[in-house]
Amino acid sequence: MSGHAAHDSNAPHVVPISTYMLVFLALMVGTALTTWVAYIDLGRWNTVAALTIAVVKMSLVVLFFMHVKYATGLTRIVILAGFFWLGIMITLSCSDELTRHWEIVPQGWQMILPLVSRLF
Amino acid sequence: MAAHSAHPPGFAHQFETVAQQREAGTLGMWVFLVTEILFFGGMFTSYIIYRSLHLHSFIQGSHELIVKFGATNTAVLIFSSLTMALAIRTAQVGKSKGQIIFWLILTMILGAAFIAIKLRYEWYRDYVEGLIPGVSWLDGGTHTPGVKMFMCFYFFMTGLHALHMVVGLGILTVLVIMTARNKFSSQYYAPLEISGLYWHFVDIVWIFLFPLLYLIGGRYPGS
Amino acid sequence: MSTATADLHDAPAEPGVNYLNASYGIRSWLLTLDHKRIGLLYLAAITFMFLVGGVAAVMVRMHLIEPQGALFEPETYNKMFTTHGIMMVFFFLIPSIPATLGNFLIPLMIGARDVAFPKLNLMSWYVFMIGASLAVFGTLAGGVDTGWTFYPPYSAAYSHTNVAVVALGIFIAGFSSILTGLNFIVTIHKMRAPGMTWFRLPLFIWGMYATSLIFVLGTPVIAITIFLLGLERILHVGIFDPAVGGDPLLFQHLFWFYSHPAVYIMILPGMGVISELVTAFARKKIFGYSFVAFSSLSIAVISFVVWGHHMFVTGQSIYAGLVFSVLSYLVAIPSAVKVFNWTATLYRGSVSYEAPMLYALGFIGLFTIGGLTGLFLASLATDVHLNGTYFIVAHFHYVMVGGAVMAYLGGIHYWWPKITGRLYPDIWARIAAAIIFVGFNLTFFPQFMLGYLGMPRRYAVYPAEFQVLNVLSSAGASILGIGYVIPLVYLIWSMRYGPVASSNPWKAKGLEWTIPSPPPTENFAEIPIVTEDAYNYPVADAHAYPDAPGVARV
Repeated sequence: MSGHAAHDSNAPHVVPISTYMLVFLALMVGTALTTWVAYIDLGRWNTVAALTIAVVKMSLVVLFFMHVKYATGLTRIVILAGFFWLGIMITLSCSDELTRHWEIVPQGWQMILPLVSRLF
Repeated sequence: MAAHSAHPPGFAHQFETVAQQREAGTLGMWVFLVTEILFFGGMFTSYIIYRSLHLHSFIQGSHELIVKFGATNTAVLIFSSLTMALAIRTAQVGKSKGQIIFWLILTMILGAAFIAIKLRYEWYRDYVEGLIPGVSWLDGGTHTPGVKMFMCFYFFMTGLHALHMVVGLGILTVLVIMTARNKFSSQYYAPLEISGLYWHFVDIVWIFLFPLLYLIGGRYPGS
Repeated sequence: MSTATADLHDAPAEPGVNYLNASYGIRSWLLTLDHKRIGLLYLAAITFMFLVGGVAAVMVRMHLIEPQGALFEPETYNKMFTTHGIMMVFFFLIPSIPATLGNFLIPLMIGARDVAFPKLNLMSWYVFMIGASLAVFGTLAGGVDTGWTFYPPYSAAYSHTNVAVVALGIFIAGFSSILTGLNFIVTIHKMRAPGMTWFRLPLFIWGMYATSLIFVLGTPVIAITIFLLGLERILHVGIFDPAVGGDPLLFQHLFWFYSHPAVYIMILPGMGVISELVTAFARKKIFGYSFVAFSSLSIAVISFVVWGHHMFVTGQSIYAGLVFSVLSYLVAIPSAVKVFNWTATLYRGSVSYEAPMLYALGFIGLFTIGGLTGLFLASLATDVHLNGTYFIVAHFHYVMVGGAVMAYLGGIHYWWPKITGRLYPDIWARIAAAIIFVGFNLTFFPQFMLGYLGMPRRYAVYPAEFQVLNVLSSAGASILGIGYVIPLVYLIWSMRYGPVASSNPWKAKGLEWTIPSPPPTENFAEIPIVTEDAYNYPVADAHAYPDAPGVARV
């Protein structure tokens, strides 16, 4: 409880329909854009572009459709924790899989780049 | 609990206030969605690692998929997210139950359309072409083990996603019935809200599956 | 009175309606939404699973009395140790303290009428029962021989035992963990009584919160891992088969992403219990409350970044091995903080030695040994020698049995008067605690030596020169077994014949001791308003209590 009764300012926020429509349009444009970009030869950057657009689209859904823009800090921490732990899983698993056949002696941080580039 | 008798329908005895109950429900759904992030995350991690091990085959495998159906389905799901959000908003501002039901049913139609497109134009074709692991599996031929691995992940990930869609359709059915029975008002619509979170989450999974499976690596000639 | 648990000061609670007698009949239990009854349902279920796993352990130890194996064919022996591992890890240790004491105590300790989602709570018990039934069925109908870790490619392609059924049981039981963790997180965030701030929470709640984080963040990953393993086993598509480009180590990564934190699912609630016991029986405020609280959280977080130390000798990249080794050492810091703070709490406290405290002191000693031997295993070079030997077996039994089970028993003894409204014979409880301590050390200390000498785990036979230590270990196991049976007998006896307990037989602090024993269904007549810190023992109280008759004073 811890004082939840007092603040009705915490009551759910009514999002204007125009906002929903803008978000919807942006998502549709994003879908078209990501499809279009895939047909252009950007080399490695195709992967980067596709995933960047996906992250932007996800953020729009989370912030507006799922009302996180108007939510408490607790909700945001919960979501960030989910992605943080996903990051742990991916990063540390890759730390094995990408360096397993690393025959050269690593010298300095720039050695990381060719490893990461194996992912895309 | 005489003190609680004034509370609206849907109020549970273990809570002290309506706000407390609503906050608990929302937090509970978010925590559940975090478990879903990690559930799908195990699959995404495997996909990332296997893709790095068999990069060429995975790009080759992704060319077996047809972009226009993936893109159409992405649009269909995004549209269904919009209608879901509008259904909740309709309840929030106290519109009639007929309007809430309209948006809910529209969401269900779009969700069903997604599954129908997936089944009819994608999985059925894969079945005919012998790309479904364990069911119809093309032995020999030009498909390398890496391509087969890609097809495994394609089916596991889209299958798991479709399963979540089916569950979502079940939830929406319950919501329609509850709305028809006047369970919701502008004061109490928490089930709509937290079910909406689930529906949007399933949408987000697809927002990532579409580029990961269909697009990355490029679709241009010679990719 | 001297044979009864110290219950000397206040009169027995007035007879009235409580959660046990509010309604009767099987139906009222199987459909209950009361967190206290659900806790007891879990207690019954996991006690049964403990017995199943215990029988398998007895079989393993009996078999190893002779170098050539006394009882079984090697195949049967493999099934025995697998059954022991699966039953104890997935169906006893993981739900043990959270699902029983956690369910019972969290609402009582934070001043709530129930958990946030009572229906989910009951559902999680049914989900657990379905999973457990499948696992028991699979075990009885032929068993599994893969070891509890289910490593492919053996489990995926070569084992002809009931891998699919038992793995499905574990998969399903995992959802019970997720529901429990979710429920606890929301309950602790949203259901605290007015004035019950985060830093007034009992440390048991901090431990349960950290545990719930692991439930929620880790369990989905084991679910998807088992899902992939099941598909691999059914479809034979080679996800983990190196011949067609799969990677068996990927399974191990995903498996240990959950299963290493799962070790902390077992020990964190135990640490929470110990914090309660040490303060109650030293009659002192905990030393460094916030350090103990945050060490629970940091253990939960660090537990997710160390899993690679299970894979040092598997062909994992040596660079990843270096990273995981360094990260593994980090866990020692918050663990040591806890041990030091408990010890500091004992210092100059008015310590008394009732049965729960004996378990708590046993925990501190045994967990320290288990934890420190873990550092040997976190170090890359030492691990090459010790990996896959009985040293590992001894190490994790010191943590899981010497730690988690001791804390579980200590907690059960401490809150038994609250749970049942009855007292158990204290002298028997102390004897049992002593027997368990002796039996435990006799069982597992020789295994450290066996492992150091190079005896590998999971083999049905061993060289003759290891026989003396193996016989010692088996003898210890029989003593340990007796130690477990005694509490089972007197606790069941006390439910009917034990003296009636007062609301606060230990004169302990905490909201759960302010309400009658057993508590009424709604827990609190009025939701309490909390105005003081946890463990706020008055200094004068330390002198009034320990001199009372029937209480050991040292």
